[in-house]
Amino acid sequence: MTVGSQSLIVRLLRHPSGLVGLLLIALAVGMALGAGYFFPAGPWTMAGPPRLWPGQNAAFLLGTDSLGRDLAAGLFHGSRVSLAVGASAAVVSIVIGTVVGSLSGYYGGWLDDVLMRLTDAMQTIPSFLSAIAIVGIVGPSLPTIIFAIAIVSWPMIARLVRAEFLRLRTYDFVQSCRIIGMSDIRIIVTQILPNCLAPIIVASSVLVATAIIVEASLSFLGLGDPNAMSWGTILGNGRAALRTAWYMTAIPAAALVLTVLALNLVGDALNDVLNPRLKERS
Amino acid sequence: MIAAKGTKSPLRFLSGPMPRYVLRRLSQAVLVMLLVVVGSFFLVKMAPGDLVDVLAGNSDMTADQMASLRVRYGLDQPVMVQLFIYMSRLVMLDFGYSPLNAAPVLDVIMGRWPVTAILVVSSVVISMAIGTVLGVVSARNAGNPVDLSISILMLVLYATPSFVIAICFILFFSVFLGAMPIAGFATVGTQATGLAYVWDVVQHLAMPVAALCTFYVAIYGRIGRASMLEVLKLDYVRTARAKGLPERRVVYVHALRNALLPLVTMAGLQVSALVGGAVLIETIFGLPGMGRTAFDAVFERDTNLLLGVLFISSLSVVVVNFVIDLLYMVLDPRVELA
Repeated sequence: MTVGSQSLIVRLLRHPSGLVGLLLIALAVGMALGAGYFFPAGPWTMAGPPRLWPGQNAAFLLGTDSLGRDLAAGLFHGSRVSLAVGASAAVVSIVIGTVVGSLSGYYGGWLDDVLMRLTDAMQTIPSFLSAIAIVGIVGPSLPTIIFAIAIVSWPMIARLVRAEFLRLRTYDFVQSCRIIGMSDIRIIVTQILPNCLAPIIVASSVLVATAIIVEASLSFLGLGDPNAMSWGTILGNGRAALRTAWYMTAIPAAALVLTVLALNLVGDALNDVLNPRLKERS
Repeated sequence: MIAAKGTKSPLRFLSGPMPRYVLRRLSQAVLVMLLVVVGSFFLVKMAPGDLVDVLAGNSDMTADQMASLRVRYGLDQPVMVQLFIYMSRLVMLDFGYSPLNAAPVLDVIMGRWPVTAILVVSSVVISMAIGTVLGVVSARNAGNPVDLSISILMLVLYATPSFVIAICFILFFSVFLGAMPIAGFATVGTQATGLAYVWDVVQHLAMPVAALCTFYVAIYGRIGRASMLEVLKLDYVRTARAKGLPERRVVYVHALRNALLPLVTMAGLQVSALVGGAVLIETIFGLPGMGRTAFDAVFERDTNLLLGVLFISSLSVVVVNFVIDLLYMVLDPRVELA
């Protein structure tokens, strides 16, 4: 498991779906970083005549929406919100899931019982409905949305980490650490956790993809942060004009689907690169 | 039914260690509901303002009146006492009153529940059937162009959120072709009865159900393919082939039965996800189900109704999962009853 970060990227680029996925993700990240440079006026400005179709006016390559806002500006600035929410929600759920999973797997016994029953229970509750309840009652803002997504998606990571800990805690190197009197916390953090990184990394790409979809779904319903335009917001706004101007929904939808597809492709590639033994099975 | 000694009857859970197994599953179900209730309670506590503030928002109430209302609703009690009162009300399925519908929450939900149940159940059945077929076909053609094209289809379906699929369907079938009704559970003011009514409803539900299905077709397809490839390698399948059974029988009778087990496990998770997904689909297609109710409740700030929907949805999912666990035991004699 001594894969350096550089060689990991090189190996991903050699993998066909890894290459396609990474290129698409790079494009999305590039849009997020360049949003302020290419569209300094921001996504909310009414920049031109409303309902311009893509290509109708060279100044608005992707057209404008019903209020005359530039769809390209929305797409670029929207990628910031979608990617940021996706990534932060994934990080928070990885932190919660790793803490729960490692305590559960390392200590076993009643603690494991309690934590796993809790994890089971969390997985049974309809997650999108809970996310709506949280955002609806506490009020829509980016931190609430990130919290709502994280709180419903950590159980998957917890199970994964627990399974790895159950396997690793019986290994000789862990036993040796115990014998030399290393504290539990140190064994968990410095000895076992680094060995669980591979499955966590694989799962994280799917986690980001799911988080982006949940955020888009909330924004589509009108439960997004009213001050942040994400791809889901543009989709929701465009829906009203679906009959006459379908490009308003098609453009953000394409961005959303391509990004999620890219994350899934990278996830598959990571799985092949990091778990070569499993390659023939999938 | 009395099983021969030494064999495992599919109905063995009716005797022996069954009570312990059922108790274990039941306690898990109770824990889920407890989590929902305690979670909902503290969620409402976290929100800015309490029930009386909301009521006062619509009228000019004096501070005295507000204080007496707080006493009446028990909001002056310690938090733990309030939680206990809240829980004992929910046990009696008393979710309070829905200002939005001017009716008790339970009545509102019972009226909407069947629509969501029809949506979810038909989506589970249809996506499982299509996904399994695609997975089996894919596995039998492993590596050739058929497998590759199915795999690419799965990848795209897997990446496309249900509400995007729903919009694509509306655009294509309703706007361009004009072939499908765009919204509603049945034609407004329809006089049709019997089969004609059923056909009308089927037409209205076709697109919503299909939109809910696609993601899970991809999941079942992927699991089905992997599981089929695994099973096809096992000794008993080779034995079946060796004794000269036709390939069709080997695949669809011998291998498929075991390959189906991981798919059944997935169904429990799918029901939970679909109940959430129904919010989007029912909102897009204007269906009067629980999801649409949750959506309306959020925007009208009808907290009682929202939490009632969350509670009943979770309860339904818990019951379905319980049934699936029992079903799994019937299907797979290897399942431990511990």
